[in-house]
Amino acid sequence: MPSPFEYAPAPESRAVVDIKPSYGLFINGEFVDGHGASFKTISPATEEVLAEIAEADEADVDAAVRAARTAYDKVWSRLPGRERAKYLYRIARIIQERSRELAVLESLDNGKPIKESRDVDVPIVAAHFFYYAGWADKLEYAGHGADPRALGVAAQVIPWNFPLLMLAWKIAPALACGNTVVLKPAETTPLTALLFAEICQQADLPPGVVNIVTGAGGTGQALVGHPGVDKVAFTGSTAVGKAIARSVAGTSKRVTLELGGKAANIVFDDAPIDQAVEGIVDGIFFNQGHVCCAGSRLLVQESIAEDLLERLKARMSTLRMGDPLDKNTDIGAINSGEQLKRIRELSEVGDAEGAERWEVACELPTKGFWFPPTLFTGVSQAHRIAREEIFGPVLSVLTFRTPAEALEKANNTPYGLSAGVWTEKGSLILKMASSLRAGVVWANTFNKFDPTSPFGGYKESGYGREGGRHGLEAYLK
Amino acid sequence: MSSTSTILDPAFEDVTRSEASLRRFLHGLPGVDQVGAEARAAGLATRSIKTSAKEFALDLAIRMVDLTTLEGQDTPGKVRALSAKAMRPDPSDPTCPATAAVCVYPDMAGIAKQALGTSGVHVAAVATAFPSGRAALDIKLADTRDAVDAGADEIDMVIDRGAFLAGRYQHVYDEIVAVREACHRENGESAHLKVIFETGELQTYDNVRRASWLAMMAGAHFIKTSTGKVQPAATLPVTLVMLQAVRDFRETTGRMVGVKPAGGIRTAKDAIKYLVMVNEVAGEDWLDPDWFRFGASTLLNDLLMQRTKMKTGRYSGPDYFTLD
Repeated sequence: MPSPFEYAPAPESRAVVDIKPSYGLFINGEFVDGHGASFKTISPATEEVLAEIAEADEADVDAAVRAARTAYDKVWSRLPGRERAKYLYRIARIIQERSRELAVLESLDNGKPIKESRDVDVPIVAAHFFYYAGWADKLEYAGHGADPRALGVAAQVIPWNFPLLMLAWKIAPALACGNTVVLKPAETTPLTALLFAEICQQADLPPGVVNIVTGAGGTGQALVGHPGVDKVAFTGSTAVGKAIARSVAGTSKRVTLELGGKAANIVFDDAPIDQAVEGIVDGIFFNQGHVCCAGSRLLVQESIAEDLLERLKARMSTLRMGDPLDKNTDIGAINSGEQLKRIRELSEVGDAEGAERWEVACELPTKGFWFPPTLFTGVSQAHRIAREEIFGPVLSVLTFRTPAEALEKANNTPYGLSAGVWTEKGSLILKMASSLRAGVVWANTFNKFDPTSPFGGYKESGYGREGGRHGLEAYLK
Repeated sequence: MSSTSTILDPAFEDVTRSEASLRRFLHGLPGVDQVGAEARAAGLATRSIKTSAKEFALDLAIRMVDLTTLEGQDTPGKVRALSAKAMRPDPSDPTCPATAAVCVYPDMAGIAKQALGTSGVHVAAVATAFPSGRAALDIKLADTRDAVDAGADEIDMVIDRGAFLAGRYQHVYDEIVAVREACHRENGESAHLKVIFETGELQTYDNVRRASWLAMMAGAHFIKTSTGKVQPAATLPVTLVMLQAVRDFRETTGRMVGVKPAGGIRTAKDAIKYLVMVNEVAGEDWLDPDWFRFGASTLLNDLLMQRTKMKTGRYSGPDYFTLD
């Protein structure tokens, strides 16, 4: 029976954003044609083609790196910190002014719900630029030496899950420290980076300080392998991260990598239960589970497992899946057909290995890429769905009996990006936080981000920290 | 409306037997994380309710209003005027529903009853030395009986917050049970009992959750946030915690208890946020005046103004809505 209180569609207007039929590369302050084969970017919710995107070949990448080098030598490295800060503050303010435009474009190109791009992604993007603008003239007080210097040209490659936010995490600290950048957005989500390029023009940022080259893996390889870059920053899969680490080994390039994760979200029997349920939902279904620090392994104390799972299923049943531009949508589209295929494959492995699948009963749209919020119970450490990153809205539920067992299971992974602890007992939070081998440990919350807080991994989740005072170190010598 | 349901859930006999067992139970309830609860409430408040959903919500909200006047300056004339408003909130539109009840002090209950007659709009009376509750039990019970005898369909009682904060849960429990007994009429029927916590004085969400269970175990038909005389009165997160409590109570006992936020809800926009929360936290069964109420006075006119806007496409000024 349909609910008497059926929410009518409440779509955010697309009219606020003006998508061009085709986009070039942003090199030396101008949009120029690329020399590779162009490609199309689509809306994953409808498979509608949004725009034709230029692909940068090796020569284009070389031009971008040269532009960045010239800008570094002639302009940016010579500006005092307070002058660099002015540009960053200006960019931050323009992002706020154009926030609706950015949010709509992000939801269109990525498939994430507008409420997330509007209330999470874009505000944190602006906050990141504001935060690092504040550091630009105070670097000598940051604890990274008395006279810290910029590295030079930074090659930055970012993923498709938070296209604009990852751009901000990369560009804001790099520019604040006096570096210039060449950034490659993911091939499925280039549009907000290209709009950011327009914002750089609007802010009168000197040409060449920020360059955006679009393309797929080949463009990324050309960029990180270019002899003219001093620094490589990558966020993405562990497999590609390893390849990058190999390719820059033996060079003078500095590297930071932010890779995959398989975070444990640990719920003790004295947890604030309703908030824990919310935290589990935020942990794995936020951004369709396309989050490297997603709480994809739920470790719940056996004594409350049954009750918690009932509450979790009831809560999951209220999640609203559909049009990413509808303001009431909680779960949007999977970013690409390729990713959907991987989520399906790993879920089938879960079935085959004997875990029990439960998914929210909802009608999936016929067009686009969709996967319902799903959980697997009866999962053990030996299951592939407990070990491998699915990067989708799929939760593996495991149980434990004692804090020691929870810790052992949580740390028993090649990854170490994040973890969550739910208990009303402060001493247990401190004990767990100090023993969990993860870059971020959230206590009684999950997936909270702030520019002042460093973020990064242990083990195969990468190295280096982004955000906070720590995030400056990656761009200073 | 009135019924003679069983007083106590046998499931809680062990719990309510002694001060110690009550304390063990209430302090064994899962804690509420303040930051998380407030974030959830704020998240639900971003829902965008438009067109047909908004029309539904506005009419439902009007039907859920306990139109309230609780002033020292109340007179029979004022109460009659308010009763007329409750029965026909928008005299220019016969399709506009009536409110759920008129809420008055006990000495005005008879006047309200007379004015409302068989309209179906209930008389709710605040009793038990409202709003502070600082009186002896026999006075509180006499206050209650007085209102019931005058024809009140619903009694809004206040708990003894002093006793609650001092940890004397048995005292609070016994008082609720006694007031509920006093709600019985000679003909075997009973006025419905709403139990007011004054959450602005209880302060923590853990206390709100404990008070909710205490009142439900004692047989409350409704749990209510505030008297309206203390700030802060109703808030979204406090109501969230209470909605979770009634949801969990039904899971445990099968019995439904209503929720009434009161005080500080002034706009249609706010009311719709509460209804979204009812829908998504307690569930659609609570989307009914029998199970959810707004204790309010100025809210009604904003609901009417928005309702007229939905129907005509135009806003009319406040002069087109009656002030009673």
